[in-house]
Amino acid sequence: MRPPRGPVFLERRSYRRRRLIDAARLLPLLGVLLLGVPMLWPQGPEQGVPASRAILYIFGIWAGLALASALLVRRLPDEALEAYDAGVGDLPADAPNRRPLRSDEKAG
Amino acid sequence: MVSLNVLTAVCICYGAFLFLIAFAAERAGRQGRSGWLKAPMVYTLSLSVYCTAWTFYGAVGYAARSGLEYLTIYIGPSLVMIGWVVGLRKILRIGRSQRVTSVADLISSRFGKSNLLAVAVTLIAVVGTTPYIALQLQSVTQSFAIFAAPEGPGAVADTQSLALWVAAGLAAFTVLFGTRNLDANERHHGVVIAIAVEAVVKLCALLAVGIFTVWGIGGGLEETLARIDAHAALGQWQMDNGRWSGLIFLSAAALLCLPRMFQVLVVENEDERHLRTASWAFPAYMIAMSLFVMPIAVAGLTLLPEGSNPDMFVLTLPLSEGQSGLAVFSFIGGFSSATSMVIVAAIALSTMVSNHIVMPIWLKMQPGQGAMVSGDVRHVVISARRVSIIGVLFLGYLYYRLSGGGTALAAIGLISFSGVAQFLVPMLGGIFWRGATRVGALAGLATGFAVWLWCLFLPSFGDGVVLSQAVLAEGPLGFGWLRPQALFGISGLDPLVHGVLWSILLNALVFTLGSLLSFPSPMERLQGAQFVNVFQHSGTPRSWSGGTAQSEDLLIMAQRLLGAREAQALFQDEAGRQGVKGVLPEPSADFLLRLERELSGSVGAATAHAMVSQIVGRAAVSVEDLLAVADETAQIMEYSSQLEAKSAELVRTARQLRQANETLTQISHQKDAFLSQISHELRTPMTSIRAFSEILRDTPEMTAAQKARYGGIIHDEALRLTRLLDDLLDLSVLENGQVQLALAPVRLSEVLERAIDATRSDGAEMVIHRDRIAEGALVETDADRLTQVFINLIANARKYCDAPRPELRIAVSAEGAAWRIDFIDNGSGVPRDQQAVIFEKFARVGEQKAGGAGLGLAICREILARLGGSIAYLPGQGGAAFRVSVPRRSAKAAR
Amino acid sequence: MGKSVLVIEDEPNISEAIGFILSRDGWRVATHANGVDAVEAVQARKPDLVILDVMLPGRSGYDILRDLRADAATGALPVLILTARGQARERRLASEAGASHFMTKPFSNAEVLEAVNALIGA
Repeated sequence: MRPPRGPVFLERRSYRRRRLIDAARLLPLLGVLLLGVPMLWPQGPEQGVPASRAILYIFGIWAGLALASALLVRRLPDEALEAYDAGVGDLPADAPNRRPLRSDEKAG
Repeated sequence: MVSLNVLTAVCICYGAFLFLIAFAAERAGRQGRSGWLKAPMVYTLSLSVYCTAWTFYGAVGYAARSGLEYLTIYIGPSLVMIGWVVGLRKILRIGRSQRVTSVADLISSRFGKSNLLAVAVTLIAVVGTTPYIALQLQSVTQSFAIFAAPEGPGAVADTQSLALWVAAGLAAFTVLFGTRNLDANERHHGVVIAIAVEAVVKLCALLAVGIFTVWGIGGGLEETLARIDAHAALGQWQMDNGRWSGLIFLSAAALLCLPRMFQVLVVENEDERHLRTASWAFPAYMIAMSLFVMPIAVAGLTLLPEGSNPDMFVLTLPLSEGQSGLAVFSFIGGFSSATSMVIVAAIALSTMVSNHIVMPIWLKMQPGQGAMVSGDVRHVVISARRVSIIGVLFLGYLYYRLSGGGTALAAIGLISFSGVAQFLVPMLGGIFWRGATRVGALAGLATGFAVWLWCLFLPSFGDGVVLSQAVLAEGPLGFGWLRPQALFGISGLDPLVHGVLWSILLNALVFTLGSLLSFPSPMERLQGAQFVNVFQHSGTPRSWSGGTAQSEDLLIMAQRLLGAREAQALFQDEAGRQGVKGVLPEPSADFLLRLERELSGSVGAATAHAMVSQIVGRAAVSVEDLLAVADETAQIMEYSSQLEAKSAELVRTARQLRQANETLTQISHQKDAFLSQISHELRTPMTSIRAFSEILRDTPEMTAAQKARYGGIIHDEALRLTRLLDDLLDLSVLENGQVQLALAPVRLSEVLERAIDATRSDGAEMVIHRDRIAEGALVETDADRLTQVFINLIANARKYCDAPRPELRIAVSAEGAAWRIDFIDNGSGVPRDQQAVIFEKFARVGEQKAGGAGLGLAICREILARLGGSIAYLPGQGGAAFRVSVPRRSAKAAR
Repeated sequence: MGKSVLVIEDEPNISEAIGFILSRDGWRVATHANGVDAVEAVQARKPDLVILDVMLPGRSGYDILRDLRADAATGALPVLILTARGQARERRLASEAGASHFMTKPFSNAEVLEAVNALIGA
């Protein structure tokens, strides 16, 4: 039913951007996996992982996730996200940008 | 040692400081200097309302009891934030495009704007949040008690009444800054800024205590870590894996579902892009908040005497080391956490309670009128919110007093979380699955809530308080599979994980089954498509097609909800957009939708929809809408919407043409009528003059009195003739643009004063209400000409106002670079079919002869055109209403 | 016994002037100032002659005239139409409605006397 809208092959920059969005979407999943690792650690007062190491691991992963998020956000322009979410492929250079709503605009 | 009085003074000063900040922010916002208020960092900081007193004090206690498990509470929300691209962004977009005011509004709006669902969500939210508010009050009193302890038991007793004072102070703050503007989408600048400041305060306080612990008494990082490892109970990683994963899930859900979090995340959000900053800054904040918890806990456990309350280590640790300054700072941090949570929670809950419970009941109680109620509904909505805020806080206080403020309360934090986490199912289900239905959502919520009550909430009061020992151990009436902590015989799970697992699982199961088995109403399907595909068409769902709606009735209703000024601006704007003359736009589907959305910002989607549908006279969705829903693919949707837009365009063009044609016919008719009218107006006084002068000439035997009387009539009629000629000349001069304007600054009050004086003699006695303060406005104009306009309007009101007690209200307001002066009387107004022609020459309403020639308003219109202003008839004001608008500085002045 | 006239005119000065002129000529003069119940006023007073203004509040003079002509009791009553609009169209409208005589404002007093006396054939 649906005719293809954009070009089948995206230019390199658009392709990069879309993979970045994929990365942004997968980041929380990665976080869940990494923060789930402690569940596999041996437990108990004798052979358990020392608390200091647990602290360093968890906080390290946590800070790493925040940092990764910051980096991704900087490299992901809003327009790319909009286009991705709207399912229009990527925006051709001359297409009007769909912008997110700002406070000074009325919704709808 | 810090005395209680000092502490109280600190609290009061801090409260006053918050009031000041909030007040300053509100002012800045009103004056348009709100740039810095809208910084993404402020948004991120306001999200920290997630960290309540329960996390500020409780995290250390939690760590002292269960080790690193406390981290789950912070990790969950961090993950949601890091994954903003997946979920939050969509919720935010939906929230903004649908003008959502609360979680309840979001869910009800998604499922066909069902008010029943809104009520259910509201009730769950109230039940889930009340203990949490109680918890905040408890933490404040407990921290007070720590300082009071050395002063003897009497001082501690005093702290009980302190809770009441704190609750009252918070209620005052929230009422003051949380109900200033009605529209929940007009954000609460003052509150948000206060919350952001509190976020900084509590973070700094906790970091200060942490740094003191690690480097002040712990001897550095290495040693602190070594000491943690050396601790017997906390030294090794020890974790119930169920709890670790369950709590991360639960706290993640809480970030989305907690009414207060929804408030700051979605409702108070200024700009979707702020989420980008928050996506890393919020996790960073969470890391900072939890960084020193473990060191403080271990230091407290080793240094403080056995049996000290670990929940208060943050205070007692600095106190025991003689750092009373640090302790007070830490106290303020805790106080901040408590107050910010209570304020935002109260705003969020009160919006829900007033929009979904109080307003619908109030509307029902208005006999037979529904949306067309008399009076200012805004006032009612604001009162409802205020009462709800006070109610919510009082409920929290009551809960605190009744529960005795013991340890039972401390355990309630997570149980509260799991109660509101029930919203997660309809929320996520609603925005990602189009097939989700209202029936499913309601049934799922009911199930989840019931399981939560049974497995988590009721047992939380302690063994044997609400549920007896026997029920806990053997199930109700001996049904073993219904044991609150081992449903279906699955025992051995942690009670909390057990409760969360079953309640969410059953909620989701029933939700899915209910949705699959039921059939959604058209409105649900529309909203479903709207929510799920919010990014594809941020446009509009087509739920209205105009038809019978009366724009004027809509305006009357909108004025009562949005305020006269906003409503008129909205209608005017829409009329301009449609290219329709005057204030009243066509009730097109687009406009109705836009109006409904604006209204929902004030009263919630369900109520707004109900009100509009009452006026439009159709609650159901039209065939067109059904067709629109049936068209599943985006293409067809788009195609049909283009068609619809085109046909709407055609209808509008046709209407404009018709309008133009009517005007033309009227004008040519008027031209004929004009000559005939001039003839009539001139001949009438001339008839009297001629007749009486002949009488005087031909009747010699007249008395002196008779002569004087007839002479007087001749004189009066001659004057009338002169006046008419003057008016005609005036009009012709004005119309030809040959008029000389004497522009000078003058106060509106002076002009009005002169006009009122000049009209005092003629017409009936009339009460005139004025707004002396607004009238002080300066305007650069031709004072004589403006006076002429005002005289005309006031004289008209005196002549035509048919109320038994005529009243005229003159209101002055600013509109951009112009002043608006409204003249509104309490008579029956100008009939709608006449409104278009009253500014034409010789147009008089009806065939009445009230002495004028019917040129007054035509002259007014011409004068104002020369002055660079305008005059218009304002429909829907109750009586006749004219709006004069004059520029503050005349553009013509430059010429 | 004098002749009676009913003046239906909403401008008080004009009806006063007509009243003065006619009563000096020996007429019994009654006045009526609005159009809505003018027909009833005529039926109640049964005057010998009616002077009727066209622009009346509530109802047009032509409508009143048509009603009078339709009623058997007043069908032949002499009616003098007054109008402040002088066009030919008005004259046609008046005669179509059944006016006995048509007069444009402003009029001379002598003209009025002449016309009313001619109408009742005195």
